Amino acid sequence: MMKEDAISKQAFSFAADLRRFTQIIFSRICVSSAFHLRLKKTIFILWLLFGTSLAHAAKIGDLRETDWLEQAARFWSLSDPAVVNALIGSVLMGVCCGLLGAFIVVRKLSLMGDTLSHAVMPGVALGFLWAASKNPLAIFIGATLAGLAGTWLVGAIKKTTPVKEDGALGMVLAGFYAVGICLFVMIQRSPTGNKSGIDKFLFGQAAALSTQDLWLMGIVTACALLAVALFYKELLTTSFDVGFARSSGMATGMLHSLLMSLLAFAVVISLQATGVVLVSAMLITPAATAYLLTDRMGVMLTLAALIGVGSAVLGAFLSFLGHSLPTGPFMVVGAGVAFTVAYFAGPRHGLITRWFRQASRRRRVRDENTLKALYHLAEQSNFAEESFNLGQLAAQRNESLPETEERAAALARAGFATVVQATENGLPGTHRNVQLTPSGWRRASEVVRNHRLWELYLTNAAQYAADHVHDDAERVEHILGEEIVRELEKRLNYPQLDPHGKPIPQTLQPAPAGDSAATGYRQPGS
Amino acid sequence: MSPDAAPPLEVHDLTVAYHKRPVLYGIDMVAPAGALIGVVGPNGAGKSTLIKAIMGVVPISGGWVKLFGKPFRQAVNRVGYVPQRESVDWDFPVSVFDVVMMGRYGRLGLFKRPGKADRDIVRDCLDKVKMLPYAGRQISNLSGGQQQRVFLARALAQESDLYFMDEPFAGVDAATEAAIIELLTELKARGKTILVVHHDLPTAQKYFDRILMLNMRLVAYGPTEEVFNMENLQKAYGGRLNILTEVAEREKAVAE
Repeated sequence: MMKEDAISKQAFSFAADLRRFTQIIFSRICVSSAFHLRLKKTIFILWLLFGTSLAHAAKIGDLRETDWLEQAARFWSLSDPAVVNALIGSVLMGVCCGLLGAFIVVRKLSLMGDTLSHAVMPGVALGFLWAASKNPLAIFIGATLAGLAGTWLVGAIKKTTPVKEDGALGMVLAGFYAVGICLFVMIQRSPTGNKSGIDKFLFGQAAALSTQDLWLMGIVTACALLAVALFYKELLTTSFDVGFARSSGMATGMLHSLLMSLLAFAVVISLQATGVVLVSAMLITPAATAYLLTDRMGVMLTLAALIGVGSAVLGAFLSFLGHSLPTGPFMVVGAGVAFTVAYFAGPRHGLITRWFRQASRRRRVRDENTLKALYHLAEQSNFAEESFNLGQLAAQRNESLPETEERAAALARAGFATVVQATENGLPGTHRNVQLTPSGWRRASEVVRNHRLWELYLTNAAQYAADHVHDDAERVEHILGEEIVRELEKRLNYPQLDPHGKPIPQTLQPAPAGDSAATGYRQPGS
Repeated sequence: MSPDAAPPLEVHDLTVAYHKRPVLYGIDMVAPAGALIGVVGPNGAGKSTLIKAIMGVVPISGGWVKLFGKPFRQAVNRVGYVPQRESVDWDFPVSVFDVVMMGRYGRLGLFKRPGKADRDIVRDCLDKVKMLPYAGRQISNLSGGQQQRVFLARALAQESDLYFMDEPFAGVDAATEAAIIELLTELKARGKTILVVHHDLPTAQKYFDRILMLNMRLVAYGPTEEVFNMENLQKAYGGRLNILTEVAEREKAVAE
């Protein structure tokens, strides 16, 4: 009696959740950003987890610390065959999804992966009904067929109607998913439905993987590895430049079909572990994370596979800690955490990295401004003086003496200057002097040259008034490269004076042969 | 007698349609060895489509194409291609070197990995376009002109006899433009045949020794000085008087 009650309660909440799901899914069509969707979806599902599994929630509440440790020990001792299966499955899935996902991401087919993963759902249900049990092979065949049908339908809608690809993907995704949900409910309501384990396909349960499942996963992962190893250069070329690939005789259509078939297989074998709803996140998130971390395809493939394995194993472990909580959401959260870390600390695009880069740029600008001030001091002395005391420099920079001392020390650290005790009548004096090293002198001349060249360019070529150009040159002087400087010099016909009548310093690097001889511009102070 | 009795490129009654809308009608042309041919015409004239159709990048709906007397499939290793720069994603995770290496893949064929000889060729080609110092860089950090040079190096790495270039001069700096012209001249001197899709009429007259004027159909094809006249330009460009007057001005200036 009690049991029946619980079952009907579960069925009821399941139906309510389906309603919400469908609402969410339909609302998704309007939103275009795949990543945003995934984030929303993940949050929703996490919320859903707490809603649906009241029983689980009660269990979590009962968990004591010793219980957690016990579960962790049970997991990592690998004494439980279900744990071993879950681990093997997670590793296989991580590798397979990571590898294929990397190609999906660089080919901008992420939404296709999402659609495919939802489109397999009716196939899972039909395979289930056909075999009347959770037969992996029947489900595999059913799901693959449904996935291919979904892909074909997207293509057909695109070709025969004015609806564009995103619209077609959205419709097919939601439509197939809706049909799948209906079939799932039918199976759930059937007399044997609750024992069927079909609900595992919604959110995934790695611990429920059978040996047969693992064999399928192994075969598909081996195929994916083999395909990537054998056709790496073709897959790379077609992903980067499909027109060029075709012109060099590659069978681009066949390669695309190969990739899409492998993708369909990968989705299907991952269903058990991740669930229909979240499998596309396992395809995309590890690959997108890897994309943030590297700029080489080979490295990206390896990283995506590793991140995939890492988050899959983590998901399996966390789900085991919580006594068979669904694995999928934990895996995806794991991948999401990896992405977040890469987002902040990635070597090229990471926020923290960017902050460091900007800080070092600011440092460089400060150094260069100090160098420029020293150049100006030298210029004021008609290049007679070579070393200047810090008080002079402070006045030139309009800074306090301690600040200037700091600046001079920074220059010394960078090897641009030396700071020495000034001598007065051959005896050590009270002042400290700063003197540029050859490299510091060169850099200072370059910055001043950049500044004056740019001012001249703005007044000459862009017809700015001479009093309008200083502030702009203050910024630009730090970013002009040697190549642009040469071009500016050429266009301005190797000028000698800036718009304010000050000489433009000669670069100490040799000027291009032939150019300088005729027009050669003078050494500072000469 | 050269080993190639057949011309590098022979196009007969070529018709191409996108979604059943014809974009090129019945094109006939023969390109002799060592010719530097400019393909010109207004926007939407089918210039890019022509070279893509010749290489089988877009399907043809009528006529035939022969390269060195053979269908494209059998001559694929004698063809080099420089696509439009905008046709690819420059954030793609590959280095300059990787992109140029793609020029070797067609020759290598399936299941073969590039060896030392291929890497040497790639470096040589990068050096020729002065991009060797950038070999290890990721392609997203390149300027427009540098991107174009990478594509040129990739085409050079194909070691072909017949080159197709799609607007290589579009949006490049003066130095790159000069480098491209030098390269074209050198290729021509080595007996290579080159078809260049080109947008700018005044320079077309200067750069190419043959002009193929296109506006969905072949308007004129032949040596530049014969083809480049008001009548043909009028046919190809219709009422676009501003360009025509500008070109006429230049023609006058050249004649004087």
